[in-house]
Amino acid sequence: MLRYIARRLLHMVPLLFGVTLISFIVIHLSPGDFLAEIRLNPVVDPAVVEEMRRNLGLDQPVYIQYLKWLWAVLHFDFGYSFAYHVPVAWLLGSRLLNTLLLNLGALVLAWLIAIPIGIHAATRQYSWSDNALSMVAYLGISTPTFFSGLLLLYLAFVTGWLPIGGMTSIEYDTLPWYGKVLDVARHMVVPATVLAFGAAAGLMRQMRANLLEVLRQDYVRTARAKGLAERPVTYKHAVRNAINPLITIFGFEIGALLSGSAILENVVGWPGLGQLILESVVRKDLYVVMGALLLGSVTLILGNLIADILLAVADPRIRYD
Amino acid sequence: MTSTRVPARAHPVPLQELAAVGAARVVRRTPRELAWRQLRKHRVAMVGLGILAVLYTMMLFAEFLAPYPLDFTDRNRFFHPPILPRFVDAEGRVHLRPFVYATTLVDPQLRIYRPDTSRRYPVRFFVQGEPYRLFWLIPTRVHLFGVDEPGRIFLMGTDQFGRDLFSRILYGSRVSLLIGIMVVSITIPIGMVYGGIAGYYGGRVDNTMMRVVEAIIALPGFYLLITLSAILPTNVGCTTRFYLIVIILSFLGWTGFSRLIRGYVLSLKEREFVLAARALGRDDLGIILRHILPNTASLVLVVATLSIPGAILGESGLSFLGFGVREPCASWGNLLTAGTNLINLSRSPWLLLPGVFIVLAVVAYNFLGDGLRDAFDPRLRSG
Repeated sequence: MLRYIARRLLHMVPLLFGVTLISFIVIHLSPGDFLAEIRLNPVVDPAVVEEMRRNLGLDQPVYIQYLKWLWAVLHFDFGYSFAYHVPVAWLLGSRLLNTLLLNLGALVLAWLIAIPIGIHAATRQYSWSDNALSMVAYLGISTPTFFSGLLLLYLAFVTGWLPIGGMTSIEYDTLPWYGKVLDVARHMVVPATVLAFGAAAGLMRQMRANLLEVLRQDYVRTARAKGLAERPVTYKHAVRNAINPLITIFGFEIGALLSGSAILENVVGWPGLGQLILESVVRKDLYVVMGALLLGSVTLILGNLIADILLAVADPRIRYD
Repeated sequence: MTSTRVPARAHPVPLQELAAVGAARVVRRTPRELAWRQLRKHRVAMVGLGILAVLYTMMLFAEFLAPYPLDFTDRNRFFHPPILPRFVDAEGRVHLRPFVYATTLVDPQLRIYRPDTSRRYPVRFFVQGEPYRLFWLIPTRVHLFGVDEPGRIFLMGTDQFGRDLFSRILYGSRVSLLIGIMVVSITIPIGMVYGGIAGYYGGRVDNTMMRVVEAIIALPGFYLLITLSAILPTNVGCTTRFYLIVIILSFLGWTGFSRLIRGYVLSLKEREFVLAARALGRDDLGIILRHILPNTASLVLVVATLSIPGAILGESGLSFLGFGVREPCASWGNLLTAGTNLINLSRSPWLLLPGVFIVLAVVAYNFLGDGLRDAFDPRLRSG
């Protein structure tokens, strides 16, 4: 197992190299650079702009820029943000926690909702509640987060029950610690519900399908034949085996923790990574975009690795050598 | 690695059919006929097909159905609430012919419009209006319905410039409904050939080819999408930009597809009919194109249908954020941008209607895709 993990981690090296190469090429295909806006300003002397360009290292050939960046990254130096004048690592770190908080909240919520509902739907296949839940699940997987986000913000605005965007209130700094927690929690309700709705819909469909499959197995029939009540048959025998394949989904969700909420963050004004990257792409803040893409990729790859490991831990039939 | 479960091609034979075989004469049915029979029984899939038929008909007849042209604005009637045809007038008299009242703005702040009930404007059908070409071919001026000036008919209200939302949703349907089909028609051939070659040759070829795919998949999709769309020139026409977005979405979409085909081909290539073809001396490309890939047809149809929603959501998300199709052109995504101002939205909730159309189209494709999957291959079923 350890050897397998080591091999997978080694495998990441060329993969991440490819990822950075693709990212760098893609970013440099877009016209203009960070200084384009300043250049249009008639007050600024072109010589000054040229000086800035040299300082930022944008005057060098693209491959030199790439190699320099790569060399620095190998030393855990992700460069400076042109726009914020702070290290990229610091900038990403400050947004990372917000995005993680939102996505983890949504993840927990989604699993808490989806598993019981999936069990309910599978044990009552084709009942009216199963059919209704299926329809709701279809809506969940088909509604873009920016639409459901707008819809909930509209409701929050009209009813006045919940804050309409952002992560904190104006008076946040004056609140005691429990007030701060409560304040962020209140702001989280709308975006977390939106994310959880979509995730729970997919999860519930999967859970229902898995459980239906397991309930058809011979050992379930055996359990019933020996006179076991329906509840222990479902919960002790079937559900445990039906949850197993969901581990793969869990891995994907771990991988998407940083990128899953990108659009929604821009709709509800959540100060996370998604908002940062959008802004950085518009402003051509080169190293921030590179850093965010790299961070997102590492998380995705690690998520897949975690899924494979968990799968092997949970299911002794799966072995990696 | 865990082995991916690859479905064998199996076509469900309904019990009635088995009975028919035993009873009188054998009815031979092709797999396609069997699948179609299965699909017709799938109520949800039929609903999806119905919704799609309506939406695509609306798209084809967009100019005919839209009472106002794309660039129409009525500056005096911004954020106007929907005006629906009415049959009962202000005095409570019933009229057989639908009509509307003209309105005037009384409070620009609260956007209150007062109807002028002194005169009725009947809804006229097959009216002469803005000239256009039906199906891009037949020049005509006939529109399905309209009212005389200064009466207006805004079935779904107007936006901040007084543009008719209903007309713009119709025009925008072209972008949102075509993008999925176009993206899939690019990613399928690429994915099939790429995945087919990788899976068939295996070994080092497969290894190298799949590394490229993995590197693209390893990038977080939406981040990459935004970064890619920053490449697009901003000074090009709507149509050009639309095609460029198709290319971007295809660049992201072909990878998952090739991985799927590769896995399937890996299992197919050991089958007898491939060995037979090889024994008969067919060249590799011939075997891949003529023997292996045709066997993936039903899988491809299912996956293609289920990946159209992804493209629709990708485009509308991009356009919503201002990175995709831009004003003055309409797409369901960028129409919804008007709703991001909550103050405007709270007074004009009809601005959310384009989102309803997005959901409708995506739900319909998911319905149909699930139905196709069940019809073609019960082993692929997931719910």
